Amino acid sequence: MNRKHREPLIHLSKRKELAWQKEWGIRLLAIVIALIVCAVVTVIVTGIDPIGFYKTMVAGAFGTARRRWTLGKETAVLLCISLALTPAFRMRFWNLGGEGQILIGALATTACMILLGNKLPAPLLILIMVLAALAAGAVWAMLPALCKAKWNTNETLFTLMMNYVATQLCAYFIIVWEVPKGSGKIGIINQSTEAGWLPIIGNRYLLTILVVAILTIAMYIYLTYSKQGFEISVVGESEATARYVGIKVSKVIIRTLLISGAICGLTGFLLVSGTDHTLTTTLAGGKGFTAVMVAWLAKFNPLGMVLSSLLLVFLSQGSAEITSIYGLNQSFGDILTGIILFFIIGSEFFINYRLHFRKAAK
Amino acid sequence: MPERVPAVQMRGITKIFGSVRANYRVNLDIYKGEILAILGENGSGKTTLMNMLSGIYFPDEGKIFIDGKEVTISSPREAFDYGIGMIHQHFKLVDVMTATENIVLGLHEEGKLDLVKAAGKIRDICKAYGFEVDPDKKIYEMSVSEKQTVEIVKVLYRGADILILDEPTAVLTPQETDKLFAVLRTMREDGKAIVIITHKMHEVEDLSDRVAILRRGEYVGDLMTKDTNAQEMTDMMVGRAVSLNIDRPDPVDPKPRIEVSGLTVRDQDGILKLDNVGFTASSGEILGIAGISGSGQKELLEAIAGLQPTESGSVMFIDDDGNKKELLGKDPLEIAALGVTLSFVPEDRLGMGLVGNMDLSGNMMLRSYRRGKSAFTDRLFPKNLAKQVVEELEVLTPGIETPVRRLSGGNVQKVLVGREIASAPSVLLTAYAVRGLDINSSYTIYDLLNQQKKRGVAVVYVGEDLDVLLELCDKIVVLCGGKVSGILDGRTADKNEVGLLMTRVGGGEKE
Repeated sequence: MNRKHREPLIHLSKRKELAWQKEWGIRLLAIVIALIVCAVVTVIVTGIDPIGFYKTMVAGAFGTARRRWTLGKETAVLLCISLALTPAFRMRFWNLGGEGQILIGALATTACMILLGNKLPAPLLILIMVLAALAAGAVWAMLPALCKAKWNTNETLFTLMMNYVATQLCAYFIIVWEVPKGSGKIGIINQSTEAGWLPIIGNRYLLTILVVAILTIAMYIYLTYSKQGFEISVVGESEATARYVGIKVSKVIIRTLLISGAICGLTGFLLVSGTDHTLTTTLAGGKGFTAVMVAWLAKFNPLGMVLSSLLLVFLSQGSAEITSIYGLNQSFGDILTGIILFFIIGSEFFINYRLHFRKAAK
Repeated sequence: MPERVPAVQMRGITKIFGSVRANYRVNLDIYKGEILAILGENGSGKTTLMNMLSGIYFPDEGKIFIDGKEVTISSPREAFDYGIGMIHQHFKLVDVMTATENIVLGLHEEGKLDLVKAAGKIRDICKAYGFEVDPDKKIYEMSVSEKQTVEIVKVLYRGADILILDEPTAVLTPQETDKLFAVLRTMREDGKAIVIITHKMHEVEDLSDRVAILRRGEYVGDLMTKDTNAQEMTDMMVGRAVSLNIDRPDPVDPKPRIEVSGLTVRDQDGILKLDNVGFTASSGEILGIAGISGSGQKELLEAIAGLQPTESGSVMFIDDDGNKKELLGKDPLEIAALGVTLSFVPEDRLGMGLVGNMDLSGNMMLRSYRRGKSAFTDRLFPKNLAKQVVEELEVLTPGIETPVRRLSGGNVQKVLVGREIASAPSVLLTAYAVRGLDINSSYTIYDLLNQQKKRGVAVVYVGEDLDVLLELCDKIVVLCGGKVSGILDGRTADKNEVGLLMTRVGGGEKE
């Protein structure tokens, strides 16, 4: 019975609370280690020198004015989707239907541009497009919300499946509206008249960036200071508590998802009317899922999401540049991004837990 | 018996969590053939200390000796190797498996897995100690007490001879408690060492041979149970002399306030939870509700508070002028809109009454956030209220920005009760208001309820401790299987009478 046991090398214990400086110190350290590991992996695998490696990465994201604008636009789009998902996530409603809600918003925008294109004055047309996109996204998110509120269906599966429906719908209408016939593409819509295109102020991406900046602050205020934002938090923490204080849980679920879907729809509008001026089934390009990570990394804080979305876009732009400059396989960029995210997400473990090492034998 | 050798010696045990010193230089001896009670207030480090013995935590400092030899215990499996088994407050069983499967789960015995043989061994253990458990029954079909039995058998099956039970009676009815105690005594006769963690004084007196007392993580001392009494133990536990009498002021000008009649409730599966319940709660009185847990107490309070769908009946609120208002079929907001200030301290404090991850002012805001026409919340009012509650009820907290789940049980309850009485209610419903609370916090809660009573509030107190019900309440409604089995005067009722009513409707006829 009396087997001899030794004290283990490492013990884990949960931390109580950490000063925010230490918390960010750990995160910063994780990023530094991640970059070192990336450099080591790159050198071993490809033989590129590490300094040049980082230079290329930074240059890929910030190198030229055009790249900086692209970085800003990509960040804004990703941030916009993350902002859309956040109210739902705060309510513990896992809206994985960002892709579909964006596409359906984009489809509504496209429909307005094509069908009403040159029949209405520009401001009125754009207003109608915005409203259509908001409504389409909201409806797409409301269906799962309604079923969740009424029959407690699983929102993760439901929102996910709605993505495929949206993709197929878009595919159908792309064929209906294809230009020229048989090409399977819509092409640039209203190229000659630019009807329904968002006006360009300064840079062609500036308006999109401004809209998202305003939205970020508005969302932060809504979630932190408004009564509805408070209700979202309470429902997310405990439905029993919400009912106990008289909050109508199903109403809050539906209301919140209307907001979530509408902002996704707005993203679709910004993509079609503001930058792409066309519709493809890959318009969202997986950003509806990347945004999930952006929101998680920032712990659902809209202001923190500015940083996390910037980081992710920087990583993807930077590693794209590395793969193209050094003629590497495209997957190499994904490997680098993966390493960095691994460290960033892993650092949360060290923020929550403390390691104790075995003391030297007495 | 000065010459007997301790089975376990803990020496200078210290465990620190962040800034909290859970245990500090604790020395404790455990002997075979003895029932040791570890007594202490909430947060005094009882469970932490025993978790270190059973391999869940590892001490920061100190040594553990078993049969005189120094040992290191760094996992529950290693604890089992030394014959130490712990039965936790929250059971760790797989619902869809049978008792036998749960018991052999995680064991690495030589040879092939033989469930039939295992079941036989389980039956032998049950027979030896007087357990009643069916080895082939699935866990989800079991009552709480059966699950607990499975946990105990699991520990014995692994050959434990040092058993630690963490507040085992918290989930049991009085009858089940008696049964458990009988089994524990048999085990003591068999030469096992039993440790029971509790803060219920009468259990210590009933069961234990020796009692060790902890206060704020430190070891205060031990006493032979037969040489001490409740008062002495309480004083040692709290660190100063405490009065153990509960105040019961006479009701002033009681008027009917809540009139419940014919109330019938079925749960989602159609099972009758309340059957034609009727009683009247008056202003300036504390109405006690007694009953075995699950007799419909939860449904009753939630029905009054507008949280429980009902089948039939009526709940009338009667104001000072005798005007009646029906509360049934209205949600909490509609009840508030009637001008009825009804406060409710639910059983599930962190799951219903409060939000564990929110700080104190956020939790105050739960009741007040709707105030005003603005789309934004008023954050000053809840902040001030939180400060006021912390100050008036002496809530121990690092600050009002601390999430309430970080507070100890007693302080959580003070925050909840503090918020509920802050709205100056005319009806105050409380469910198990002192469950899990230590003596000091319990008395604070009794005082608060009495203050409300003096203010003319109709207080409803659902309780489990009959002694407290009989000392605190003016009137006692006894529930049995969803029916009212009797309504007694708190000043004249006796414990046996209430106990009988709890198990049989009317108290007389047999089942």
